[in-house]
Amino acid sequence: MTAETCSVPEVGHTKSAQNARWRDIRTAAFLGAGVVAWWLVYGQLLRLAKWITFQALPLSTETHLGSAVLFFVYEVPKVLMLLLLVVFGVGIIRSFFTPERTRRILAGKSEAAGNVLAALLGVVTPFCSCSAVPLFIGFVTTGVPLGVTFSFLISAPMVNEVALVLLFGLFGWRVAAIYAGTGLLIAIVAGWTIGRLRMEKYVEQWVYATHPGTSDDPAQNLDWTVRLRLGTEAVREIVGKVWLFVVLGIAVGAGIHGYVPENFMASIMGKGAWWSVPLAVLIGVPMYSNAAGIIPVVQALLGKGAALGTDLAFMMSVIGLSLPETIILRKVLRPQLIAVFVGIVASGILIVGYVFNLLL
Amino acid sequence: MKILQVLGPGCRNCTRLAENAEAAAKALGIEYTLEKVSDIEAIVKAGIMKTPGLLVDGKVIMSGRVPSVEEIKALLQ
Repeated sequence: MTAETCSVPEVGHTKSAQNARWRDIRTAAFLGAGVVAWWLVYGQLLRLAKWITFQALPLSTETHLGSAVLFFVYEVPKVLMLLLLVVFGVGIIRSFFTPERTRRILAGKSEAAGNVLAALLGVVTPFCSCSAVPLFIGFVTTGVPLGVTFSFLISAPMVNEVALVLLFGLFGWRVAAIYAGTGLLIAIVAGWTIGRLRMEKYVEQWVYATHPGTSDDPAQNLDWTVRLRLGTEAVREIVGKVWLFVVLGIAVGAGIHGYVPENFMASIMGKGAWWSVPLAVLIGVPMYSNAAGIIPVVQALLGKGAALGTDLAFMMSVIGLSLPETIILRKVLRPQLIAVFVGIVASGILIVGYVFNLLL
Repeated sequence: MKILQVLGPGCRNCTRLAENAEAAAKALGIEYTLEKVSDIEAIVKAGIMKTPGLLVDGKVIMSGRVPSVEEIKALLQ
């Protein structure tokens, strides 16, 4: 009896704990079922695409139209499904990283180590170019060195999950890894170089006079329900924004696949043409498109004899160096520093282009 | 009387946050004023590095994302 009365006050507690546990189990089961369903559907995509193209539609394997349609009905659902999964996962990972926390990690770090860390954190910290200016000021006024801040600002847009998913889906993991690796390397080296050049005097004067306030880190005490919702929100926001570009990009890519003759690109974007890499960067930098629109087109060109290094250089300059972001940064940077920033990153991209044309 | 301020350069997220904040305040039936602040120095001084941010009576209660109406209601109470 005594034992029973003793346990009474605990019942309420265990009950709510049990409810919470049940809710967690339910969510986990739901997620697990979702991943299994995803996996099953993903595995059948090629068979389904072939069935649609060659059974449901009266197309044959040999025709231009047949190969274009097959490419389209296979790649679109594949890339969209990959995006769904990865953007959801990255949305959850990002709920652990806030710009405030990243700043705390980077503040006062020595330059070389700081550059590496900043480039890596650029991949996982939530970032959009509309916040580039407050983030820049928040970093440089609280002890994050200028070069380290640049490493972050270069890697954040260039090495992003949408680009990596498209590269993985359309080119395979090897090219995705090369892109991520060289993108990080450019961010590290370019940021380090800007730091060595002592460019602080080319930051607009009012920036260093600003005293940023501190706000509480809102990511520290989120529970899993909120994190999962943040993942779902990321899917709605990012996939909602890029799906149309994916479809259009793959449609153009499918056209190229089906109709452009083999080796058509070899003379223009092939290894033999030394000028193709600088030309690709020159065209790429002022061009503004997101990864979702440009990668499928570039992938199709690769199949027609364009060299991988030239392709990589083109993609990186389109995705990594964007005109709108440079214009936004003009608010805090003098033109000299903008020129140095664009020049160094573009040179890095050029080197990557040449190196991969030589190696592969 | 609560003073609500939405801090951000004026992109789509800022507009959505302002709408949600307004809806939350109306649903709770509280008196409020809503102001959109796009001045960069003001944003930085509030300690916001990822826009948009929501301030209530001068204090940051949320930044970096667009919370739902329900979430803002809970934060306003």
